[in-house]
Amino acid sequence: MKIAHHAINDTLTLALDGELDASSSVSLDTELTKPDVLDYRKVMIDCQRLNYISSAGLGVFISHLQRFQDAGVKLVFFNMQEKVHNVFEILGLDSLMTIVPTEQEATAV
Amino acid sequence: MQHTIRVSCSRSNLKTVRDFVAGVLQEHQLSDILQNQIILAVDEIVANLIIHSNHEDEHKHLDIRVEIANHEFRFEAEDDGQSFSPAEYRDPDLEEHIRTGRKGGVGIALVNRIMDHVEYTTIGTRNFCRLSKRLP
Repeated sequence: MKIAHHAINDTLTLALDGELDASSSVSLDTELTKPDVLDYRKVMIDCQRLNYISSAGLGVFISHLQRFQDAGVKLVFFNMQEKVHNVFEILGLDSLMTIVPTEQEATAV
Repeated sequence: MQHTIRVSCSRSNLKTVRDFVAGVLQEHQLSDILQNQIILAVDEIVANLIIHSNHEDEHKHLDIRVEIANHEFRFEAEDDGQSFSPAEYRDPDLEEHIRTGRKGGVGIALVNRIMDHVEYTTIGTRNFCRLSKRLP
């Protein structure tokens, strides 16, 4: 799992590249746990190159969502592949998290 | 034809098992979504066996068997770790997980929703987890 950072003003974009499983999701968790992430108003997750997600990857997002909401930070996913979106849908997470098709829409959230 | 692989109980082998299952599924021309779901269900079971049943002890192994016959995908994992008791399992409340910031506990829900049949058997010290799913 490679994670690229891109910060503009009050928005942090993390572009995920690779597969998020019980082994590789640890690095994403470390990234989202950093206190300065909460200084942003919005964290956008670019999923274009995210080829796979298991419950361990979902768990990282589930476990940080409330902390983000409490700090007033929006978490927005975009560019998600259909097969990855399907995994969110199986659990009904697509209605509990903000997932939009494009970067433009993610910026507008 | 049955395909088999033996892996040690290390998280780094999850990718090895996913690639192994992808290789078996490849010639059956399933949709991207269905292929991903089957690989995911296997990954969740194997991750639980490696992490929870065998505590990531790399001296221990899982024997994994996969076959596709009569339009059905069948998976079996055999190990001698701690057995899983499905009777104690409760389907997760995701909103509660979000409120409490809980990290784990949604893998088996994925497996149960994806697969048609999920079975856990213990014979002596050997545990068998079997999954199956009808294919189009």
